[in-house]
Amino acid sequence: MTEVVRIENITKTFGTVTANRDVCLDVRRGEILALLGENGSGKTTLMNMLSGIYFPDSGKIYINGEEVVIRSPRDAFALGIGMVHQHFKLVDVLTAAENIVLGMPGGLLVNRDETAKKILEISDKYGFIIDPWKKIYNMSVSEKQTVEIIKVLYRGAEILILDEPTAVLTPQEIDKLFDVLRKMKDDNKAVIIITHKLGEVMVLSDRVSIMRKGECVDTVPTPDATVQSLAEGMVGRALSLSIKRKEPENATDKLVVSGLTCLDPTGRRTLDGVSFTLRTGEIMGVAGIAGSGQKELCESLTGLQSIHSGAVTYIGDDGGKTELAGLTPSEVTGKGIRIAFVPEDRLGMGLVGNLDMVENMMLKSYRRAKGIWVDRKTPKAAAVKLIEKLQIVTPGTAAPVRRMSGGNVQKVLLGREIQSEPSVLVVAYPTRGLDINSSYTVYDLLNEQKENGVAVMFAGEDLDVLLELCDRILVLCGGKVSGIVDARTVTKEEIGVLMTHLSKREDAV
Amino acid sequence: MSKPGVKTSHAGTPFVWIVKRDSVSRKQAYLVRAAAILGALMLGAALFLAMGHNPIMIYRDMLTGSLGRTLARTETVRIAIPLLVTALGIGLAFKMRFWNIGAEGQIIMGATAASYFALFSGVPGPYLLFVMFFAAIAAGGLWGLIPAVFKSKWNTNETLFTLMLNYIALEFVRYLQFGPWRDPRLRGFPSIAMFDQAARLPRVFGVHIGWIFALILVAIVYIYMKKTRHGYEITVVGESIPTARYAGINVGRVFLRTMFLSGAICGLTGFLIVSGANFTLSEMVTGGVGFTAITVAWLSRLNPAVMIIFSLFIAMLQRGANAVQTTFRIPSSAADILIGFILFFILGCEFFLNYKLVFRKKVK
Repeated sequence: MTEVVRIENITKTFGTVTANRDVCLDVRRGEILALLGENGSGKTTLMNMLSGIYFPDSGKIYINGEEVVIRSPRDAFALGIGMVHQHFKLVDVLTAAENIVLGMPGGLLVNRDETAKKILEISDKYGFIIDPWKKIYNMSVSEKQTVEIIKVLYRGAEILILDEPTAVLTPQEIDKLFDVLRKMKDDNKAVIIITHKLGEVMVLSDRVSIMRKGECVDTVPTPDATVQSLAEGMVGRALSLSIKRKEPENATDKLVVSGLTCLDPTGRRTLDGVSFTLRTGEIMGVAGIAGSGQKELCESLTGLQSIHSGAVTYIGDDGGKTELAGLTPSEVTGKGIRIAFVPEDRLGMGLVGNLDMVENMMLKSYRRAKGIWVDRKTPKAAAVKLIEKLQIVTPGTAAPVRRMSGGNVQKVLLGREIQSEPSVLVVAYPTRGLDINSSYTVYDLLNEQKENGVAVMFAGEDLDVLLELCDRILVLCGGKVSGIVDARTVTKEEIGVLMTHLSKREDAV
Repeated sequence: MSKPGVKTSHAGTPFVWIVKRDSVSRKQAYLVRAAAILGALMLGAALFLAMGHNPIMIYRDMLTGSLGRTLARTETVRIAIPLLVTALGIGLAFKMRFWNIGAEGQIIMGATAASYFALFSGVPGPYLLFVMFFAAIAAGGLWGLIPAVFKSKWNTNETLFTLMLNYIALEFVRYLQFGPWRDPRLRGFPSIAMFDQAARLPRVFGVHIGWIFALILVAIVYIYMKKTRHGYEITVVGESIPTARYAGINVGRVFLRTMFLSGAICGLTGFLIVSGANFTLSEMVTGGVGFTAITVAWLSRLNPAVMIIFSLFIAMLQRGANAVQTTFRIPSSAADILIGFILFFILGCEFFLNYKLVFRKKVK
């Protein structure tokens, strides 16, 4: 196998942060190389330098043995390097074909027939299914990804880089994608897949390069590696990869949701007749393809989403019922009901990035102070306590929270919400972007809440985690409940089917 | 031409590229900003040189013309007062990321309301100034409230809205000046009558008492923003509306309340101008203060205490430009050009606080 890409001693810094330090890497023709590392380990930065987005501070890149300088994505394309980014870069109002030829050299006019023919040739060759004239805004996430991959192939890429391509796909779609990638490998292309999922590395790749804190710590042939050895390489020390799960104790109904329906501004139903019951002392998972109504569900339980119809009934410890639909967050709090919410967008909704930790603690407490003055003493004490309890790494309570790492930001947010001693805790994608250690801290905190008798709802994207952590899993499909299943007995594939095909499965748990 | 992207010599490396900087220290940041102001003054010097004048002489005369004698100093302070008060008002809205560029209109409405009581009310002398004070605040506040109502109900664009309200206010005053409020004693000259002594603000140390108002207001705004729950709400709304909603803040209400205050403070400016300096109302009442104050607010990065410095600085430039107008025959709009340069340089230097340029190293 011949070497197509060689990266030598690449270093890239952003301010004081060293994203890559002396990284060396090689990729061969006809292989799939997995670039494994935690979030923030520098995988994407490295690949962005290969695809011309960033320019390295120092180091050399060789393509087919020749030293090259890649100044722009155009240079990268000229060298046969194509990257499919995690966040798609497509123009919504254009068709697949238009997006694919966008930015290509040539005249203003697109030769429709020829373009379509070439696109279909590529799809046939690798087993894609695509309609070249479908508009992007009508496409599912998986279709959009297909467009991105074809876009790269259309430009004649011989070296393909895919950044976390499976994050947004269902298990079935992932299998299909892997088939496509294997065909590319058989076609003698070089494929680099950026990922932090160990399972994927094992089933797909030929070799794996492990990155940790900006450095490439090891490259091994996949057959020589185990999930455990890879995880230890990523984190840098031994760790146990299991989540403990206790049986729920004295589960009683806490939040009864029935017929919940929400509309988006265009009148489309984002949630459609959703009914379920959240119980104390259990963790209820919410699964679904991205954008199936998870966000709306979380927000309607916390008063942030306007509810079109349906009821959200809170059952107090004394059995008294309170209707929450139609109340604002402050009205819910005003009734003495403590529903805590850790939103998906941590710095855009749960916290204010430019404010310091004390001011962020105040978001929840400032209203309680009497008179016109803000009380900084209580939240400051709370912040200090939180730093100690969750071992938050921060220069101090006066540093803006956006300066903290993702894991510490999440500790501040989740910690603040738990400190409010909620009876219902709603968390959305709490471990997205977090390293393994922080993720396990989050799981432990959620389990601790469950054992304290809190009703926990957990919207997640990693099915393995949902299956290990939750007691029941509610599967959403297009805003409707496709099934509520027992997390102890259901399989990943079954959930995958429920995510894409509406059914009415309900396990008695 | 070499093959694209293939390195043949150092020529492949970009000549210059942009790199994010480490966070700079406070001292460094101030040095960079001072350098920016110096740069703007140098550019202004080049302009004066091109006009055939000695820039050093001009700057010297501007300095003596604005600070040299007591009379010049009081005049500079008199110009600074409305700038400072208006900047405080605008700053409240800007902190909320509500782009109130309607200070002109709010000043005019405040001035008009104050003038009404000064000219036509017959409120007895000792109470007249109080009535004018509150009338100006109420009128400015209500004028500021209008765009906030529309923004919170229908999410209208406040920038255009406040700008357009300026013209409505301006035309309204013009209507009064040429129509119902025109002083019949001045035959043929469309002008509003001068205020009686009772409607004029007293002087303290040679300048009308407005400067004391302004300094007290600096303290009040500072405390309001830093220490009260309202101030905290404004900050959160300004940083992120989703976070504000998440925290249970009624965003619409914060818009309304803050814009009333912002407009009210600008309305107070109107009162200070008519009652402290002009002693009458005219279509020229604002003198562009509502826009210049935006510059003051930005240069001060919305910090009330720093606004004192920058309002004095801008007032010095304006007063100094007036002084050199006669000796050098330079139009006083030169001051506006200089202010423009300074704003441009100060805003431009923010880039250099966050990024630095790296130039290609010489090949070994």
